[in-house]
Amino acid sequence: MEAGQLTVARRIANSPAIGVAGTPFSSLAVRGPAWDGRFTVLILFLPPALLLFTLFVVLPIGEAAWYSAFNWNGFGRPTNWIGFDNYRFVLETRAFWLALRNNGLIIAVSLAIQLPLALTLALMLAERFRGSVALRMLFFMPYILAEIATGLIFSFVYDGDYGLVASIWRSFGAEPPHLLASTDTSMLAVLIVIVWKYFGFHMMLFIAALQSLDKSLIEAARIDGATRWQALRHVVIPLLYPTIRLSVFFAIVGSLQLFDLVMPLTRGGPADSSNTMVSFLYNNGISRMRVGYGSAIGVILFAICVTFAFTYKRWFMRDE
Amino acid sequence: MNSAKISRSPVDPAVLFKAVFLAIVAIFVLVPLLATLLGGFKSLGELRVNPFGLPRQWEWQNYSDILFSARYWQLLRNSLIISSLAVVLTLITASMAAFTFAHVKFYGSSMLLSYLTLGLLFPAATAVLPLFIKVRDLGLLDTYFGVALPQVAFSLAMSVLLLRRFFKDIPYELLEAALVDGCSYIKFFRYVTLPLSRPILATVGTITFVNSWNAYLLPLVMLNTDALYPWPLGIMVYQGEYSSEWHLILAFITLTILPTIILFLLAQKHIVAGLTAGAVKG
Repeated sequence: MEAGQLTVARRIANSPAIGVAGTPFSSLAVRGPAWDGRFTVLILFLPPALLLFTLFVVLPIGEAAWYSAFNWNGFGRPTNWIGFDNYRFVLETRAFWLALRNNGLIIAVSLAIQLPLALTLALMLAERFRGSVALRMLFFMPYILAEIATGLIFSFVYDGDYGLVASIWRSFGAEPPHLLASTDTSMLAVLIVIVWKYFGFHMMLFIAALQSLDKSLIEAARIDGATRWQALRHVVIPLLYPTIRLSVFFAIVGSLQLFDLVMPLTRGGPADSSNTMVSFLYNNGISRMRVGYGSAIGVILFAICVTFAFTYKRWFMRDE
Repeated sequence: MNSAKISRSPVDPAVLFKAVFLAIVAIFVLVPLLATLLGGFKSLGELRVNPFGLPRQWEWQNYSDILFSARYWQLLRNSLIISSLAVVLTLITASMAAFTFAHVKFYGSSMLLSYLTLGLLFPAATAVLPLFIKVRDLGLLDTYFGVALPQVAFSLAMSVLLLRRFFKDIPYELLEAALVDGCSYIKFFRYVTLPLSRPILATVGTITFVNSWNAYLLPLVMLNTDALYPWPLGIMVYQGEYSSEWHLILAFITLTILPTIILFLLAQKHIVAGLTAGAVKG
């Protein structure tokens, strides 16, 4: 389309006579070419996405609720109806509560260690100095590495014979620990890897927020005699609250779906001590093809996610 | 000379603290990565006594053996096929849907959009067993599509939201004018919307690619044949085979994360913007 033509066309389009193109077609009387065009778009453009989404996201969740009422190994059709027994079995499993506790631990560590670390680094790296961009990229790098690769790297780091930790221990003349093989330390080891992998992502969120802050507010506070610490505490941090809430949201959602990282490190073991909800689902439902039992875990996890998302949005993110 | 010395203030403790703190975090991040890279150049015996330092004897063979093995390239090839499928299908289906939601007014539009955004509420893992049965019943088990299609479905919610937001910023008068000139919605989409939306398409493509490239759970459940495994599955199998021959495993890890790191260094601005924007705007 030529530029000249376009302006003419726009002038015509803006004249009230042709405003039809902008009105909704709920009134079927208006059946211009625009309506035909719209119909074609609706018929051609929406179904692929809706079909894929319904088939692979919505239906499976519904079916999980259905399958969870059966004792079924996945072959043939489900026939052995057992009502809510699967849920009872899940809730009676000690490993389920351990997994839930571990998810809670991950969230606690994210809030108590990862978030302050990310925020501190963001405050240090938001202003440009030599090397600041390089450091940002370095800190963000773990986030883009696959969780599987990260898990394998750290299973080397923690290895009791060849690993880095073992080597440090030996240099002090101590017997190197097998961190991943002990029920006492396995979860601690996983938590350290989680911080290593994800703090950079949260740092980037904070840096993006800091760079879009209105600098004049901080300057005004400084001119009014606020110390740097006061300006930070009473101006910058409050302005970051929306980002902090977002970061907390991601930390919690991330913990609820954590799986890939745990598999190469511990597979949830030893003795279920480092299972997350999803690795518990994998170890007890998927790998043994206990469809009903696994679906019940899935439905519980789904309920937790949805409840959390709604309450969090309602309580903390009303303005966004 | 003298006056310069006097006027130079002593090192600010805040600056010193900052430098030390940043250095500690940088070491915390770098050491595992460097030890992995260097470990691949060592012999197993040396790895045990010297896991941190430079190799005394550079064992190039660890790396070259993997680089010249069909296995390594097959894993990368499979990953590339699955990720490309996921990216292409996501971009096509999501941009078409987003265009409709952005520019075509119809009854139920907002309802359908909220329906799609349900996908943001829960992770794919929750329904992975029924999903497995669905994919099996469709005859897609053990195929690239069996992995890629569910990945597309789960990336749709976020992608449609991001694209729609961008498409809405394209002036509506432009569309009206084009329609009056006899241009159809579909032509407008093809010749105006898509070319104007390259940045957001690149963002959505990046998010989808990284997620699919790194994915483990879905391929683990959907694929049975070694020959179809993407690299995260392949590397776990490799680790199972060479259990404590860490020098080989480390070389293999280094070579499999190399494509990600190269891509990251080449397109870092794009990837950071994409991954954080995707998160924030979702």
